[in-house]
Amino acid sequence: MAEKTATQRIDLNEMKSGGFIKQNQKDLFTVRLKVPGGRITPEKMAKIAEVAKKYSRMGFCHLSFRQSVEIIGVHIDDFDAVVKELAAVGQKVASCGPRVRVPTACGGCEYNPNGIMDTQSKALEVDEKFFGIPCPHKFKMGFSGCPIDCTRTREMDLGFQGVVYPVWSKDLCNGCTLCAKACQEGAIVSDKKGRPVFDESKCVYCGDCIRACPTDAWKDKKKGWLVRTGGKHGRHPREADAVLNFLPDNKVNDFIDATIKWYKENGKPKERVGSCIDRVGLEKFKKDVVDTFAKT
Amino acid sequence: MTEEEKIIPDDKIDLRGVLCPINFVKTKLKLEMMDSGQVLEVMLDDGEPIRSVPKSVKEEGHKIVQVENLGNAYRLLIKKS
Repeated sequence: MAEKTATQRIDLNEMKSGGFIKQNQKDLFTVRLKVPGGRITPEKMAKIAEVAKKYSRMGFCHLSFRQSVEIIGVHIDDFDAVVKELAAVGQKVASCGPRVRVPTACGGCEYNPNGIMDTQSKALEVDEKFFGIPCPHKFKMGFSGCPIDCTRTREMDLGFQGVVYPVWSKDLCNGCTLCAKACQEGAIVSDKKGRPVFDESKCVYCGDCIRACPTDAWKDKKKGWLVRTGGKHGRHPREADAVLNFLPDNKVNDFIDATIKWYKENGKPKERVGSCIDRVGLEKFKKDVVDTFAKT
Repeated sequence: MTEEEKIIPDDKIDLRGVLCPINFVKTKLKLEMMDSGQVLEVMLDDGEPIRSVPKSVKEEGHKIVQVENLGNAYRLLIKKS
């Protein structure tokens, strides 16, 4: 290694998606590791700990805001070894720069009672398909399983949040009023007989009424994703626009595909998709991208 | 709830003043000591307890057979699965 020139001593192919971030310290970099949806096996954690102990010249890791593990203070000469040793357990390096980032997700519907949609498998699937695609600027996606929105999809370039549409059947209702109690939005009010009066304009489609109903009078008619586009944080935060409700699960990849395509065609270099929407108009984004999905 | 149905509970627990999720845990432990088909009367505070406990009871597979509003509190009858 010592005989090699500066340009030869690292495999540049390993760096094409970024993930190696320059630090203050000469020749030291932060190595950002991919943890889609923030879910990580103990096996990978142990390997990361081992590698960090061996190669971090500063002696610590950092948990990034977007659920990645970052090994701090890795010397440029150690890049190859770090990548190779982590690959033994399938642990990959994440990305930085103007491209599709690793998606974030909430804990997941397998163990969280509020969960409506399966964010963890979606995050893995989406990471597999879209990770590292070059864009005008960074492109961040996130998945929340329910309207509590732990993943903060309003801050995502493209965010997906689980929703469920409740329907009530009169025959099964015994007038217990628990649904009205369970509803935190005031969308359900009990009438004199204890039966629910539903005001859909106030409903956030969380499914609390369905979960609370002891007689299954409230059921889910359909589940899907509320889609938000154009959110970002940073120096000038912008809240995403909710562009579509109840996108079917099997249309998520197509929607991402169409949005990235639109962003590449319309976005200027260093312009986030939200800024691009502000410049060209949300109506254009809706017409070009959303309308084809609104009918599905 | 239907007034004509008069269900006599087999056991009761007063959880007024008990916070979430301790109120649910106590309900669960009480139900564990009962037989399938028996009915437990639970007294719960309005607010978070009445919003959360019935959902958790349902998730555990038990059946809420009656709900009575007592003003600041609720009386629940739960049939053990």
